[in-house]
Amino acid sequence: MISTILVVGGLGALLALLLFLVAKKFYVEEDPRIDEVEKILPGANCGGCGFAGCRAMSEALVSRDDISALYCPVGGGDCMKRIAEYLGKAVAEKEPMVAVVRCAGSCDNRPRTNQYNGAQSCLIASSLYAGNTGCSFGCIGLGDCTLKCEFDALHMNPVTGLPEVDEEKCTACGACVKACPKMIIELRKKAPKGRKIYVSCVSKAKGAVARKACKVACIGCGKCAKVCPFDAITVENNLAYIDFTKCKMCRKCVLECPTGAIVEYGFPPRKVVESEPQQTAKAE
Amino acid sequence: MKTFPIGGIHPSDCKEYSKGAAIEQFPIPATVTIPLSQHIGAPAVACVAKGDKVLVGQVIANAGGFVSSPIHSSVSGTVVAVEPKADAQGNMKPTITIAVEGDEWMESIDRSEAVVKNINLTKEEIIAKVSEMGIVGMGGATFPTHVKLSVPAGKKAECLIINAVECEPYLTADYRVMLEQGDKLIVGARILAKAIGVDKIYIGIENNKPDAIAHLRKLAAVYVEVEIVPLKMRYPQGGEKQLIAAVTGREVPSGGLPIDVGAVVQNVGTALAVYEAVMKNKPLFERVVTVTGSRLASPKNLLVRIGTPMSALIEYCGGMENVGKVVAGGPMMGRAVSNVDAPVTKGTSGVLLIPTEESLRKVEGSCIRCAKCVEACPMGLEPYLLNSLTQLGDYEALEAHYMADCIECGCCTFSCPSYLPLLDWVRIGKAEVMKRIRERAMAKK
Amino acid sequence: METQKLVVSPAPHVHGSNDTRRMMGDVLIALMPALVVSVLVYGLQPLVVTAFSVACCVLVEWFVQRFMLKGPSTLGDMSAIVTGVLLAFNLPANIPLGLVAIAAVVSIGIGKMTYGGLGKNPFNPALVGRVFLLIAFPVAMTTFPEAAGAVTGATPLAMAKEALKAGVPVSEVMQNVDLGAMSLGMKSGSMGEISVVALLIGFAWLLFRKVISWHIPVCILGTMALFSTITYVIAPEEFMSPLFHLLSGGAVLGAVFMATDYVTSPMTKKGMVIYAVGIGIITMLIRLWGPYPEGMSFAILIMNSVVPLIDKYVRPRRFGAVRTKK
Repeated sequence: MISTILVVGGLGALLALLLFLVAKKFYVEEDPRIDEVEKILPGANCGGCGFAGCRAMSEALVSRDDISALYCPVGGGDCMKRIAEYLGKAVAEKEPMVAVVRCAGSCDNRPRTNQYNGAQSCLIASSLYAGNTGCSFGCIGLGDCTLKCEFDALHMNPVTGLPEVDEEKCTACGACVKACPKMIIELRKKAPKGRKIYVSCVSKAKGAVARKACKVACIGCGKCAKVCPFDAITVENNLAYIDFTKCKMCRKCVLECPTGAIVEYGFPPRKVVESEPQQTAKAE
Repeated sequence: MKTFPIGGIHPSDCKEYSKGAAIEQFPIPATVTIPLSQHIGAPAVACVAKGDKVLVGQVIANAGGFVSSPIHSSVSGTVVAVEPKADAQGNMKPTITIAVEGDEWMESIDRSEAVVKNINLTKEEIIAKVSEMGIVGMGGATFPTHVKLSVPAGKKAECLIINAVECEPYLTADYRVMLEQGDKLIVGARILAKAIGVDKIYIGIENNKPDAIAHLRKLAAVYVEVEIVPLKMRYPQGGEKQLIAAVTGREVPSGGLPIDVGAVVQNVGTALAVYEAVMKNKPLFERVVTVTGSRLASPKNLLVRIGTPMSALIEYCGGMENVGKVVAGGPMMGRAVSNVDAPVTKGTSGVLLIPTEESLRKVEGSCIRCAKCVEACPMGLEPYLLNSLTQLGDYEALEAHYMADCIECGCCTFSCPSYLPLLDWVRIGKAEVMKRIRERAMAKK
Repeated sequence: METQKLVVSPAPHVHGSNDTRRMMGDVLIALMPALVVSVLVYGLQPLVVTAFSVACCVLVEWFVQRFMLKGPSTLGDMSAIVTGVLLAFNLPANIPLGLVAIAAVVSIGIGKMTYGGLGKNPFNPALVGRVFLLIAFPVAMTTFPEAAGAVTGATPLAMAKEALKAGVPVSEVMQNVDLGAMSLGMKSGSMGEISVVALLIGFAWLLFRKVISWHIPVCILGTMALFSTITYVIAPEEFMSPLFHLLSGGAVLGAVFMATDYVTSPMTKKGMVIYAVGIGIITMLIRLWGPYPEGMSFAILIMNSVVPLIDKYVRPRRFGAVRTKK
């Protein structure tokens, strides 16, 4: 009886000592501020900042003297301000952004020319071939971007076969931008009321080829660039691009575009101009 | 009988469809579209412009670097366009389109039928000729042959192995070449041996082609240095590393090249092209293509000018009736074609037509850890693990599990009872790991 | 021609004859001889238990998949049927059906589906169910019906263990044992394990169809034989003979059908050998010195838990690996 108590008690004491020593030996000295900063960060671990997760981000924030290059797209300016206040460092101001899918090649606009039958991944399909439509630049529609979205802000629309961004939820972490092998998704400035004007096409094919593959392709005609009063539109490689830092959202280009590749969202309906056929197309 | 040491599978060889069809010259089409990148390495640079007249065998694009290859016109006629066109996978690639007028060959090409057997050129002259004539590996990898023949300093080649395995099911192009042009093939092999400075030539043939083995044995009897090695049928015996191991018993070290074990491997088609280039001054502008399929009306082996649209070949052999999938190459490693109007290139060993009912994959289940993929992998990797690591994006772990050794033979996907697309993922993982390895190497420099 | 939509997929474009359904079907075929012997020995009861067990397993899997995991039905792979049959084979023929239902819930519900279904469970589901019953309902699990021609209601292993514990020498115990009859199935035991001959016919079928390799069964039985030979040679009057050990209890059923379960066995041949030797040794330790007369189920479950470790450290032979060591 006594020996049992001694053995068990002794064993317990010995192991406790061992645990204590090991904990002591392997104790890692850490700046307590890292924990605090991590608490301020949203904790999404999305990697949008360029680090492996919020922990790594907070380590960088604490350890670096100049944190103006660091930015948490999820928490946004408020979050960065609070961190900067806490750490007593200066922080960069950034405008809120939102992810934009620059392809309107829905099943109607862009007929399917073949049937993909492999692992369901845009990356695999795009490394195999140009895609299941005549357009080799457009959305593949297997949803790699939606899988990478940590915020439930991207969903495939089963009717169009294209991903759609939920602006309320999108934090502009950029995970989808990286996930898309066709580089269709872009982070653009978030305007009030969700207003947006952009070229919903990334096809660099010649006008005729692009148009043959997709009804709403940008054919690089350059009409939009001519009509733009702010020099915001450039045409390169048969493709127009609207610089969102210059665009003032006058919507002239939208009317000018012959294929409806330039789209507008979030604007009040236009007054009907004369009797011209409506070419704004795909708005909403 | 010899074979490679680990893994491998036994797909049914399906060669009976086109096996008996003698090679026949495919009629020259009205226009040909010749891609500028038909090889691994830098694309060739066009040296003709719209409106130029060209002859058969004339250079129309120069090599874009050392690891590159010139392109020759396969027809005589007028260049009508130098522009990007969709390749077999639908991607826009630079091409030269030529409208055919007659069939006028360059004067320098020896068109006589006589088989020339005496090799008078020196080593350097042979390599220069091979480079100039645009010869690339014709088994499908299309690596420029002159690069492979230039043995790096410090390494020594000990033997030449002619890859006459044709382990891909369905394909019979190499088989027909062996039967019909075996004598030229052997001369080609001897030229290659001279170029790398070895006096031992092995020709590895699988035992499902006994007549080819017998025929070449008879032809090779007069040359002591040529040895025909019958191999036990097993896929992927035609993989370079597998073939070397099967023939010589030596394993190319992980991350190494065949030359590390003193071997240089060349394909049957390449050897024939080398013979024609060196002895007949004929550039690589046509090749033997097997057009086959289980439902095809008349499967054939055709001698086709580079740039001929695949659709013309298909039409000639029976058409697209009930075809669900078109594959350029064999069923194990060939690439599915989305654009059948794309041209035959230097690497097109076959056009395989898969019937509609066999063209779709079965629904995938879940991994049951049966280890069939581990058993089948000829490189001794663990595909099930590489598959999940790729999906998790853990590239460090992938590299630690020797992802870079993968030869993309497809044995894992072939043998998976749950129809998992193992290789689909593994290929992505390999590409990423290779990219990382290259980046590290660049950073070191 | 342009209107036809071609299928495009990554290579390879052909597939082998391997198929989960086909392999599960082969396992079921391989189990049939043992079922036939069981019916011959115990009457129709084994059929009832097997059918009931299969029905329960299928139902549980369907239920969990449909209402808890909310995924598409997984019944098509037939793995639930195989688990059902194997579970029944590990139970006495006169087991109350209520207990079979409990075992099915534990097997499929806890042993398999909690981990996410086929391919993800670390332990052999049928054995999880069996061991649960063995511990929770020991009496029902160790009373066997009088079999036609069998010697007693206790299994030969239990009988021998009791006798040896009481100090009876082996030679006397062996007087009650007819090894020939035992190998055919004339003995008490779980309904699937009794006929070694029938199980070996099934093994031959599995080998012929290349469903399993020889490594695991042969190494388990070999280890058991070696172990018992050593003990038998050292003390022939205290330990039963190797032949007795191989022919009795669940040795062959476990080695051929339970330990070879793909999901819970190692991926490499080398790993399989280590795993099998471990099962053999643990089985013999339990049989000779443990509290239970039979240790096959425990041994397999214990080694199942080691499989991830084996897979981590035992790698297949790599092509060209020898010379990379710098």
